[in-house]
Amino acid sequence: MGTLLDTSAIGGCNPEAAICTRGVTRDFQAGQQTITVLHGIDLDIRAGEMTFLVGESGSGKTTLISIMCGILWPTLGEVKVFGTDIYDLGDSELVEFRLANIGFIFQQYNLIPSIDAASNAAVPLIAQGMERHEARTRAVAMLEKLNIGDQANKLPSQLSGGQQQRVAIARALVHEPRLVVCDEPTAALDASSGRRVMDLLREVAVAENRACIIVTHDNRIFDLADRILVLEDGRITHDGREMPEGH
Amino acid sequence: MLWIAIRMLTGDAQKFYGLVFGIAFSTLLITQQLTIFVNLIERGASGVYNVSSADIWVMDPVSRTTDIAYAMPATALDKVRSVEGVAWAVPHIRAQASVRTGDGDLEGVAVIGVDDATLIGLPKRMLEGSTEVLEQPDSVIIDDVGATRMFPDQSPIGERLELNDQRAVIRGIADAIPSFTSTVVLYTKYSQALNYVPGTRNRLSFVLVGAEEPAQAKALSERIEHETGLKAQTRDEFAKDGIDFIIENTGIPFNFGITVALGFIVGVAIVGLTFSLFIRDNIKQFGALKAIGVTNAKIRRMVAVQAGLVGLIGYGLGVLGTILFIWGFASNPTFKGFYIPWQIPLISLASVALILALTGWLALRNVLRTEPASVFR
Repeated sequence: MGTLLDTSAIGGCNPEAAICTRGVTRDFQAGQQTITVLHGIDLDIRAGEMTFLVGESGSGKTTLISIMCGILWPTLGEVKVFGTDIYDLGDSELVEFRLANIGFIFQQYNLIPSIDAASNAAVPLIAQGMERHEARTRAVAMLEKLNIGDQANKLPSQLSGGQQQRVAIARALVHEPRLVVCDEPTAALDASSGRRVMDLLREVAVAENRACIIVTHDNRIFDLADRILVLEDGRITHDGREMPEGH
Repeated sequence: MLWIAIRMLTGDAQKFYGLVFGIAFSTLLITQQLTIFVNLIERGASGVYNVSSADIWVMDPVSRTTDIAYAMPATALDKVRSVEGVAWAVPHIRAQASVRTGDGDLEGVAVIGVDDATLIGLPKRMLEGSTEVLEQPDSVIIDDVGATRMFPDQSPIGERLELNDQRAVIRGIADAIPSFTSTVVLYTKYSQALNYVPGTRNRLSFVLVGAEEPAQAKALSERIEHETGLKAQTRDEFAKDGIDFIIENTGIPFNFGITVALGFIVGVAIVGLTFSLFIRDNIKQFGALKAIGVTNAKIRRMVAVQAGLVGLIGYGLGVLGTILFIWGFASNPTFKGFYIPWQIPLISLASVALILALTGWLALRNVLRTEPASVFR
């Protein structure tokens, strides 16, 4: 059973937690009305685990994951990623922090259509300032690890959905981030492709010093989770190895 | 990242070519129209440019250009010659006349009478014949544009003209800069011109002056004015007056200005629309890059490189198009002697930079406003 509310850690974070949120609240303005999407989330995510964030549409999963990876400011609360209070950082420091520490996998892959798979996978390294040839070499090695090394020179449009998602995984891991964030990684894939992609992701992304958070609806892959968090109406209602009965 | 920016741009061939076309078309329109405009108004000074040896033009105080001149008494020549610093001074007559061609057509011509002894006043180069042909009786030299216009498919040499009821024989063709109105120009000796052009007691249009010290032409012109009461202008001043006259008295600057403005507006419209579409199509990718950790400064540089690449290629093609246009029409009398002043490509470059800065800034605003979190929606 994972730690849902570690009372000893309230007011401070467990030093072993990869991600620690305390009292994270997020409001959105809809006309005159203020809608609270997250209600004081306290959460510790451990490294070395694949954590699934599950919930209905509108439950706040995307908002929570966005806040945890430093791309959406919480209205209240604090977020520490590997000990760094990321919302205490300045704008450019936060961007640098994301580039160095976080890998993203998006539902629609968001690959750049006009550059080949290897160059797409190399984007974070190039953004870090690495020379393009070296970045590509490392990206090709990562693609080989994901069994699509032979597709390195192909454009995204020449690849299947599963292959594109593997390129996206390569892009998320190529710079060896300490946190990998995946948004519905199997949503655009058929069942068998989704399964294969998730098996691979588990194989390459889960590491002792790395946390991996996956937002998903896909109950076919729940068995791959080390920990499942269920979010309902902006509150965590379940934290366990398996999905609760009735879901 | 700049390499990625360029690949993003060139990867979408339709939009890339659309952007390049927009800039090229805009550059072509601005450069070509400005080139034609400048060359056309410079023809207001063609009469001055064709007489390259004269440092100073002396005229009646009311005269304005080579074509709008009030005749002076012949004594003006001696007055000018007596001014200190004048190396030489020769008479020059410019008048309008009608000529009847062999076909019986009537054509308005300009008759220019040059100094009998020195032939100063003739264009520098002859295309056919030599300046010495004017020694023969009734000789005239026709300018090349006039020759093409009056004798389209034949050589004018030896052709007889009826010039104000006087006989004139064409014995040479001069390589001259055409006038603003492309009027046929006939050059003859001053004494002969007096016969061809009926007039009043005063017939002398200008006195052309060579300065002992050409570098001091301005000071000499002031001295001539002071001592003779006539108007004296250096070559450059008088050329400028000819150009200013065209600018002030025709609708040409306004009309060309409209076309140049249209070129700019069309450029903004095409490039702005295409650039916005390009950015909109790639907004998810830009959002993903921002989420991954690409800074806004890098995004700005990416868009700047994209705009710069499109600008360079489009501008190069536009200027090349203008060069090809000028080159292609070089043999056409209408465009004779046309050239692209170096300032015009710079003006086009500035316009292109402005178009791209404007459209790039508008497109960039969308990218910078994109929340990285939008990639998860």
